[in-house]
Amino acid sequence: MNWSALIIAVIQVVFFVLLAPLLIGVMRQVRAKLEGRVGAGIWQPWRDLRKLLVKDPVRAEDSSWLQRAAPVTLLVSSLLLCVLFPLVGAMTVTLIPGDLFVVVSVLLIGVVALALVGLDSGTAFGGMGSSRHMMVAALVEPTLLLAVYALSIPTNSSTLAIIVETRLETPAVILSPVSMLAMVALIIAIMAETGRLPVDNPSTHLEVTMLHEAMLLESSGRDLAWLELGSSLKLAALLGLVANLLVPWGIATTSSALAVIIGLVAIAVKVLLLGGLLAAGEVFLAKVRLFRVPELVAGSFALSFLAVTASYLIA
Amino acid sequence: MSVKRLAGLIRRTGQIAEPSPPAPELFEGAAVLGGSAHVRYIDAGGGNDCGSEIAAAFGPVYDVERYGGHLAASPRHADVLLVTGAVTQNLAEPLRRTVEATSTPRFVIAVGDSAINGGVFAQGYGVAGAVSDFVTVDLEVPGSPPEPAEIVAALRRMTGR
Amino acid sequence: MTAVTAGLAAQLVLALLSSVLTFSVPARARSRVSGISCALISTAGAATGALALAGGRGSLTIPLALPVDPLTLSPDRLGGLFMLVASAVGILVSVYGISYAHGPSASRTSWAALAFFLVGMQLVPAAADAMSFLLMWEVMALASTALLLADHAHGRQVSSATVWYSAMSQLSFLLLLGGFTVLSAAAESTSFSAMRAVSSQSPTASIVFVILILGFGSKAGLVPLHVWLPRAHPEAPSHISAAMSAAMVKMGVYGALLVCIRLLPDGPAWWGVLLLILGGISAMYGILQAAVASDVKKLLAYSTTENVGLIFLGLGASMLLRSYDATAAADVAIIAALFLVVSHAAFKAPLFLGAGSILHATGERNLDRLGGLGRRMPWTGAAFGIASLGAAALPITSGFVAEWMLLQGLIHGARVDGELVSLPVSIAMPLAVAVIALTAGLALLTFVKAYGIAFLARPRSPAAASAHEVPALMRIAPLIGAVAILALGLLPGPVAVALASAIGPEAVMNVRTIGLAGVGLPSIGALLDPVGLLIAAALVAIPVLTIIVVTSKRHPQRVAKLVWGGGGERNNPRMQYTATSYAEPLLRVFDDVLQPSRDVQVTHVDESRYLVQRIKVEQRVSDRVETGLYRPVLSFADRIGVLARRLQNGSIHRYLGYSFAALLVVLVAVSL
Repeated sequence: MNWSALIIAVIQVVFFVLLAPLLIGVMRQVRAKLEGRVGAGIWQPWRDLRKLLVKDPVRAEDSSWLQRAAPVTLLVSSLLLCVLFPLVGAMTVTLIPGDLFVVVSVLLIGVVALALVGLDSGTAFGGMGSSRHMMVAALVEPTLLLAVYALSIPTNSSTLAIIVETRLETPAVILSPVSMLAMVALIIAIMAETGRLPVDNPSTHLEVTMLHEAMLLESSGRDLAWLELGSSLKLAALLGLVANLLVPWGIATTSSALAVIIGLVAIAVKVLLLGGLLAAGEVFLAKVRLFRVPELVAGSFALSFLAVTASYLIA
Repeated sequence: MSVKRLAGLIRRTGQIAEPSPPAPELFEGAAVLGGSAHVRYIDAGGGNDCGSEIAAAFGPVYDVERYGGHLAASPRHADVLLVTGAVTQNLAEPLRRTVEATSTPRFVIAVGDSAINGGVFAQGYGVAGAVSDFVTVDLEVPGSPPEPAEIVAALRRMTGR
Repeated sequence: MTAVTAGLAAQLVLALLSSVLTFSVPARARSRVSGISCALISTAGAATGALALAGGRGSLTIPLALPVDPLTLSPDRLGGLFMLVASAVGILVSVYGISYAHGPSASRTSWAALAFFLVGMQLVPAAADAMSFLLMWEVMALASTALLLADHAHGRQVSSATVWYSAMSQLSFLLLLGGFTVLSAAAESTSFSAMRAVSSQSPTASIVFVILILGFGSKAGLVPLHVWLPRAHPEAPSHISAAMSAAMVKMGVYGALLVCIRLLPDGPAWWGVLLLILGGISAMYGILQAAVASDVKKLLAYSTTENVGLIFLGLGASMLLRSYDATAAADVAIIAALFLVVSHAAFKAPLFLGAGSILHATGERNLDRLGGLGRRMPWTGAAFGIASLGAAALPITSGFVAEWMLLQGLIHGARVDGELVSLPVSIAMPLAVAVIALTAGLALLTFVKAYGIAFLARPRSPAAASAHEVPALMRIAPLIGAVAILALGLLPGPVAVALASAIGPEAVMNVRTIGLAGVGLPSIGALLDPVGLLIAAALVAIPVLTIIVVTSKRHPQRVAKLVWGGGGERNNPRMQYTATSYAEPLLRVFDDVLQPSRDVQVTHVDESRYLVQRIKVEQRVSDRVETGLYRPVLSFADRIGVLARRLQNGSIHRYLGYSFAALLVVLVAVSL
């Protein structure tokens, strides 16, 4: 039993629970400043979360136990992602390595939980959000799997922690064309999966333009708090993964206290920087038409497929 | 010009929002919101003048978001309901349902004279009454229409910032 | 007389006994007695299969009154596995049928046919030579045709479906007969052990392979020979649909495995490529059609095509890798294919039985008219929900473990010790991974739709609103299936070792039980421990649940009468999304493949063309393979038939002329 890896995993989860609302706050603040506003401050999402926990949730009498259980499922799946991803440390816990299919499946549990919340709301908007969200998820899954597969070929292992460790040891791999193609495909897939522009506008109020927000319209109180926290944790974890794949320096490969502290600081800086860049990019983007999203996702699929075949033919 | 002033000017480059006036006192019972007030806007039948002022309040010049206000997409997400306009016959029941659908603790703010007492539309055949005839109103913002600064002040009473 | 022999004999005896009982007991007790006796047939089958899988040997020889070799039944480990799978499904189907069978499906013919269907299906994997195999195959096919006809008085679809089914069934029989004939001629014996002597590299072997794969693929439901599946499975009584989909198509898979592993092992690489292509196309086409289907049984039938496609994908990948000596990955791929077989049987049976419960409770098969069943039928909803999770391959279910193993085999197959295996493999493996990923994503959408629209939110029709929970036996059968899905998903290690033993002793070295009943693949360096994952999830869930318990005391929920639908007056359940609307974005994205046809008819008011009285919109997604391939072939055959009628114009002079010409031809031929 790899106790040090287990402790690092626990530290990762706790740290990311604190970091995720902060990430959303930083992203909103960057957008606000670029739009000329003052903004609510980087701690506002934490205030929102605290307020949601003290409100009484309202549930319709036609809804089922899913309204209570599915938000918790989404949150647990996002927390599990923080355990499996190599964020602070690149060490695998015995018996639960962050294998590519396992990780994608855990991600999809959260996706399914959210879709079921949307369907259970019993309104037209909930079903609409659920349908669009599942369509995008179905089309994004091949890209995610193939992109991680392409990244795993040079290391001969599909465990994410080992992939990151190999990239740390031989930095030349990061700049190889295969890796660049796979990273671009992965970034597009992650933007589609987490509902950022240009796939979905997270701050829209027009229901007909919503993909992910429409599923949340019926939830209130702590249900909404878990859904929001679960979504922001997913975004933070995925951005952390991308950051560690692109710039692996700083990640802890030993279990000394100094390495862990450096790992914490490094991942915080990387995630917040990447989030800020994403928010700055979003200011200049508009949401694309729903039926252009499959074209975008198909393009990223083509890139990741190219990456995989190229890695066999070149290397 | 001192370095500090120069740094302040650079920091505020591109900022369109006006500097904030002093904070008003906290509304009784709003402490539970803890500085975060999600707002659902309901137009119960008015002439959209108050609506435009509310839109200006959420815009970059007055920027109510810096005090913790945020427009919500659904009353289930909201803490504060901003109601404008004299309540018409068709909107009476939906207004009640919207307030019912909001999770407690919640606050209702009637914005504009038409919402408070019917204003110039009070005797109209399509008007069913003022907002307070249908739901309990916690705060009123008089004016026809009120200035965005007054709307911002009312919301700042909810968030306490 | 070993235990296996006794088990085989017991199944035959029980089948005969069951049909005798069916015809003799009074109608009131018929379902119960027949159901129990059919369950006993399957129990005997399960016991025999388990013993054979564990290594037990036994042989039963029955001389027949026909001029053929006696019936020889001697299951090996692989046969034992498939007997076990088919029997397990048979037990669930029989138990469910006791309560479900009503009207024509509770008649003497149906129950007797079920007994023969079960015994035929269970003994196909036990056959030790070609004649016994074909005999049991035909018993299975004929009995299932009789079962399919049960509801034919209800409408034309049933008889039409039966015609398609029996035509395709006999087509597959003819192909199998042809293939086995050629193989027996080459091996000079009909026994399977002798057929191993035929070299797999010879052209005869390739011809036999193609013919047999087409024959078995038709029964298994591979595109383009799948057209009977979406017609026959929805029209059969629900417990028969479950048996056909979860167990009978496995016999097609068993046949393919028989050919690829036992009869003609180590074939050329293009065999594997052929299976890969057939499997990949079936998987993608099947799940696309399932995703846009609104009839729940049609959705489940197409989902069977998808899963069979994945199984053949795994089989093909394994053969391809083995022909390039990547044996470790090849073994993993074939074990994964077997795991897919077991997992599919485990989740398809409860899904069809659940659909049967829905049909029983509401009279509706159309998802667009269901809804809110989760509150009215909680047990059925739970079983259907867990089975849907298994079909969508989500963690802690059997489907997840199976797809994980298949992906591991494919990913590690293209490179052995860091060296590229070969160019075709380097292209085939990424394509296969892409196909699996795409079908997994679409399967997710399909089953979220199936479960969510049927069981969640509010009922969309009065029939759904008046639904009630089904009787106890109809609840237990799907629940047992759901428990099996979870057991297979949480304890994959021992299961994988047992499956590996069915392939052969070398395959067992590639699988190991590790940790908490997890599965390890030491030869390629991968491991999966679902129990560990579950424990990790439980540990991270504890703080969340604590917070919930604390806050729910201080801030309890408030129950509102209405959902938030904009606060308007029109809030009726018909405004919810239906299954058709749920899949509509996907239909648009894939409209080149599915080619839906839409028809809009607008009726104007008599007085004015500017006012509309009624609008009728009709959308239909038909099976493109049927319209593009079968209908032209059938109309061509029709035209040939019409032309041939000209030969028979009624003139006696012409008929005499034919006889004279034939006599001339014979005289000439004899003198040469």
